[in-house]
Formats: sequence, structure tokens, C-alpha cells
Amino acid sequence: MSGYDRALSVFSPDGHVFQVEYAMEAVKRGTCAVGVKGKDIVVLGCEKRSALKLQDTRITPSKIALVDEHACLAFAGLNADARILIDKARLEAQSHRLTVEDPASIEYITKYIAGVQQRYTQSGGVRPFGISTLVVGFDKNDSTPRLYQTEPSGIYSAWKANAIGRSSKTVREFLERNHQDDMDREQTIQLTIKSLLEVVQTGAKNIEVAIMAPGKTLEMLPDDQIESYVKTIETEKQEEAAKKKTRAGTTTAAILTRPGGGESTD
Amino acid sequence: MYGVLERLGLRRSKLQLFFGRKKSAKRRLTQQVADLTGAPGVKLTARPSSLNHYSHSSSLIIYLLVFLFSISCNATCKEVLLGIAGKDFVILAASKAAMRGPTVLKAEDDKTRQLNKHTLMAFSGESGDTVQFAEYIQANAALYSMRNDTELSPSAVANFVRGELARSLRSRSPYTVNLLLGGIDPVTEKPHLYWVDYLASLAPLPYAAHGYAQYYCLSILDKHHHPDCSLEEGLALLTLCTDELKRRLPIDYKGMLVKVVTKDGVREIPVDNDKVVRSA
Repeated sequence: MSGYDRALSVFSPDGHVFQVEYAMEAVKRGTCAVGVKGKDIVVLGCEKRSALKLQDTRITPSKIALVDEHACLAFAGLNADARILIDKARLEAQSHRLTVEDPASIEYITKYIAGVQQRYTQSGGVRPFGISTLVVGFDKNDSTPRLYQTEPSGIYSAWKANAIGRSSKTVREFLERNHQDDMDREQTIQLTIKSLLEVVQTGAKNIEVAIMAPGKTLEMLPDDQIESYVKTIETEKQEEAAKKKTRAGTTTAAILTRPGGGESTD
Repeated sequence: MYGVLERLGLRRSKLQLFFGRKKSAKRRLTQQVADLTGAPGVKLTARPSSLNHYSHSSSLIIYLLVFLFSISCNATCKEVLLGIAGKDFVILAASKAAMRGPTVLKAEDDKTRQLNKHTLMAFSGESGDTVQFAEYIQANAALYSMRNDTELSPSAVANFVRGELARSLRSRSPYTVNLLLGGIDPVTEKPHLYWVDYLASLAPLPYAAHGYAQYYCLSILDKHHHPDCSLEEGLALLTLCTDELKRRLPIDYKGMLVKVVTKDGVREIPVDNDKVVRSA
């Protein structure tokens, strides 16, 4: 060891704070979470860790948590750290309501969470939060969907669609290819689940989806509906693959194509 | 007199000091005037009388202040809060006048706050305290349901409120708030009504009232209320009460705001507040 990762508030000679970087590593190992904005909707999708045989999944806590009536959050990383951070966010949201009689804006909540995360990178006797969060929701009297990300270092950023956690890079690239502005509810949910299916092998039973619409509180998509979405996506994929196969079969004789087939354009 | 003043935070010794200083000041002034004129106590008949007048008016101001304060202490009683629990509902009614001393500041005041889907709180008392306390409770109820993913039952809220009031009562600046808390238990779907006062007494009751309204309404409710009554009967009972208030209570409380809690949540019931009831 280099010796620069013992105390939290010590820089390495080349300007790294190692503990923060380890926290980001913990995030990368956490289960994947996706957030997608539509026209007047915002959807969160999460990979659920597959439950053990005797585990009661009904009362095992979810990775999607309500911060206030109008704001919710999904995280990737250490579950135990998330509980503490979420609790702080909830307290602040309610305290904001009490002091200024208005719900906190999504940006305010994000900024607060990021602020707490930053504080834990610069104080003694603590370690950083090993989580990234996606904060979504709607501001008061406003139907513009909001989606923010926070990181262990205390950075926060706004997104149209983003992924955090395990293989987030793959999912983000998928979203970059397929995200459109002005998607309706169905399209947004579909894109969320589709992007998660890129990295979740086990399908519907390991996915949870939450939907937020203006003026309404959190809506968790029921399991049977997620399953039907997954089914339609899978049949679509199969059809496309079959089409590609037949097309590839007819064209190879006439035109030389690059090995490995064309780009997927779904 | 002494009791009221002590409530204002003035001690008897302080008061004596206050009056005492006034007298010595007067004496000093008389002395100064005497020194100036050179003839002690001869031409001073006009001056001291005006000084006397001044000191009289200052004590008059104090009397007036005491009087006004005693009015504002009674302001709580002039607000009407009524609650009726029935078969599957709780009605809470609150007067619409926001008063300060003898003045009506607002005629469309809402003295209720919804704490969660199935619980409503009506409050009266020191203005400022009331809303501050109600919103504090509201925020804490919301925080609890967010943290634990469950709604607090009306009895849980009531006991929390009582605890907070009891804590505040023993602090340097207690909340002077009287409350009625009505709700439906989301599990059993049974109605609950709680009466809470600023001394942190808590009583679960089938019907309840705060302020002067108690003197007029409790007897009516005693006679006509039964725990199995329907919403229509409950509202008729409320009308009996408000009619009696119009008939007997010499205060214009600007009509009642009526809300009902059922298993479907809280809703406002439109009532005719312009009905004229003649006194006997």
C-alpha cells in the first residue's frame, strides 16, 4: 500500500483522495439503477439482487425510496450507507417544508444529498458514502421531469437518462443510442426496462420499476406488468434477430458485409 | 389583578419598584421646579396637578394593557371547535374567524391541518402557536410515514401530539394550543376522536368541543349523540349545535368550516352559514 489511503483527509502526492475512489469502486460493484426522463414522466428502474430461497422478498427493503411526496431516489452501492443518506434527505425535505411552506425542489434535494456526501470526504473519523444516487421527481406547480445524479465525491449532475452501478457504462451507451426527447409514458417505461435487460440476465423477477408523474406520488409498477413488458421486449428482440438472420442469409451472396453483422438499430 | 399581572411576567416587587420610581421622579421634578422658581410650594399648584395627571394616565395605560391581555387570554375561548365521531366517520368543525383581541382579522380562516390521509387536526389558541405547532406535527407525521412506509394511526398521532405538548409545557415557552384530532384507523376502519388541551390532557371521546362552545354544545351532544349515527345524523347534530351557538353565543365567529374524515380520506362539507336563528 502506498500509505496515502489510511486517513481519509490525506491526498496522495499526485492529488488523489483514495478513500473517495474506493467509494466509487463500491458503487461500480452495486446493482444497476437506471433513470429515464420522458415528456412529462420520469421512470426509475433497478436491478434487484436475486433473493435466497428463504428470504421474504415482500418485506425486504427496496432500492427505490421516497424522499418526499414529490421526490424519490434510487441508489447503487452499499445498502447500509444508503439508509443513512436517505434518512438525512427525508428529514431535510420535511424540514424544508416546515420552514418555507413549500416542498423542496428536486435540485435542492440533490444538492443537499451531494453536500452531505461531500462532507463525508473531508471530515475526520468518517468514511465516504459508498453510493451513487439518482434523484427524480417534479417541482411544485411544474410538469418538467427532473433527473439528477450524485456521486460519493459530492459531485451532482443533471441528465436526460443515466445509469449507475454495475455495468452502468453498457447501459448508458444503450441509452445514448436509444433515448429520444418527448417520449410518452409507455415509451419511457419500455426504454427503462429495455436498457436494464442489457445487463440483467434473469429478466422480470429481478427488476423493479418506479414511475413519477407531476402532482402524483411514487407509483411502483406491479410485477405482472413488468413481466408483460419484458415479454414483449424479448419477442421483439427475437423477431429482429430472426429478420437479421434471414436478411444476412440472402445478402451474403450478393454483397460483401463486414464480419459480425451490421449495427443493431432497435 | 395580581394573578393576571404575574401571568404577564411581572412580579409584585417589580411593579412596586415601577410605581415607586414614578413617585420619586415626580418628587424630584417638584423639587427642581421649586429650585427654579425659588419659592417652594407656592406657585406650583398648576404644575403638580399636570404631573399628577400624567402619572394617572400612565397607570391607566397599564390597566388598559392588563385588560387587553386578559381579553387576548380569553380569545382562545371565543374560537369554536366541535368534533363528532359516528359510525364510520369523524366530523371536525372550526369557526372561520381569525381574531385578535376584539377584532376579526379574517373571516375565512382554516383552523385545520390534515396530518395524513386519514387524520385531521383542528386547533385553537394563541395565534402563531397554533399554526406553528400544527405544521410541526404535520411534518413529523409525514416524516414518520416516509421513513417507515406506513401511515400513523389516529391514536398514535394523538399520543405523539400529547407527548410534544407535554414536552413544550415544561419548556421556557410552551405552545398554548387546544386541539381536536379526528381520524379513521386505516386498519380497523374505526373512527377515533381525541380532545387535547394546552396542558397536554388527552381524552378519547365520542364528541368534543373547545372554548365557550362547550357550555352550549355538550348538553345537546349529550342528549342526541349515539355512537352508531350516520353521517347525515352527525351533520344534523352539528347543525343543532351551531344553531344553539347562533342563538346563545354573543360572538360572531363568522360561521363554521366543516370537514369530515371517512375511510376514503378527508373532505370539506359545504354548510349554510347564513341561516338566521332567532334568540328566544
